[in-house]
Amino acid sequence: MEQFVPVKRSKDGQPVRYLVVDDSVFARKNLARMIETFGGQVAGEAGDGVTAITEYVRLKPDIVLMDITMPQMEGIEAAEKIVQQNPEARIVMVSSVGYQENIVAALQRGARHFVQKPVKPEVLYEVIKYVMGEDGTAAHAAGAGA
Amino acid sequence: MKMELIQPFINAADAVLAQGLQCPTSVGNLSMEQEAYRRKGVAALIWVTGDIEGRIVIDLDPDTAVRVASRFAGAELPESDELVRETVCELANQVIGNAVTSLNDQGFHFRVHPPVLHTSEHGPKSSEDTEALVICFETDIGNVFLNIALRHNASRQPERATAVGQ
Repeated sequence: MEQFVPVKRSKDGQPVRYLVVDDSVFARKNLARMIETFGGQVAGEAGDGVTAITEYVRLKPDIVLMDITMPQMEGIEAAEKIVQQNPEARIVMVSSVGYQENIVAALQRGARHFVQKPVKPEVLYEVIKYVMGEDGTAAHAAGAGA
Repeated sequence: MKMELIQPFINAADAVLAQGLQCPTSVGNLSMEQEAYRRKGVAALIWVTGDIEGRIVIDLDPDTAVRVASRFAGAELPESDELVRETVCELANQVIGNAVTSLNDQGFHFRVHPPVLHTSEHGPKSSEDTEALVICFETDIGNVFLNIALRHNASRQPERATAVGQ
């Protein structure tokens, strides 16, 4: 898998921490592999929306990658609840169902961006940089934290 | 079953398989299934409800499932690995999700349910209003079967007509 210029947190030069939420173990592993190539760190994983909320509170990740179609509580509802309690939360929806209504609903309820599956690493990487904004810095290892 | 319903599934499967397997795919046999559905190996089933209702099954013989899952995972997986079954479910999820996205743009509205492993040997038999179409995708590591049984939800036709401005 292609290696990207690491995206670090601007404030301390540490790797961006991710919470990966998907009911598919395969999808979570796949995203985790991509996160590794972005120089990030998987802080935690969740298989449904309810667990995602509790894991967010516990881990306070920099970014949440959230699937939509999941058992118990779907991703859009979970994103809304997380953002209600944590307005600073950066949530990126990652779903195979990418029609307009779904995207609009997710963004209206607090998600910052939407990526359709199958996920292309180069697309997700650009979205991560965009969502991190000034709180993230893409720099080669030698310049990391500078 | 109309081609306008089928084509998005063919396009989605072709795109998802080509990207995940990093190889070209081609559509092989295409047939209507008259008898009860017979599972070929590792199969994932997804129900859709809404303007169109029914189920889609993605089915691979066990050896092909291991090869496909290994290619998707980027590492060799053992035959018995849970990850193989998980990968087939996620493959189904991506194919159906992409097809439904395309159909939604045409004015059909759906709810996609999470994929489940289809473990029984046989599935529901086709009926007069729910024909099953089997499409075989040929790849360099084996065949992937898409079994689609959908029907228009008659009670929602006026709703759809309004949605698409007809």
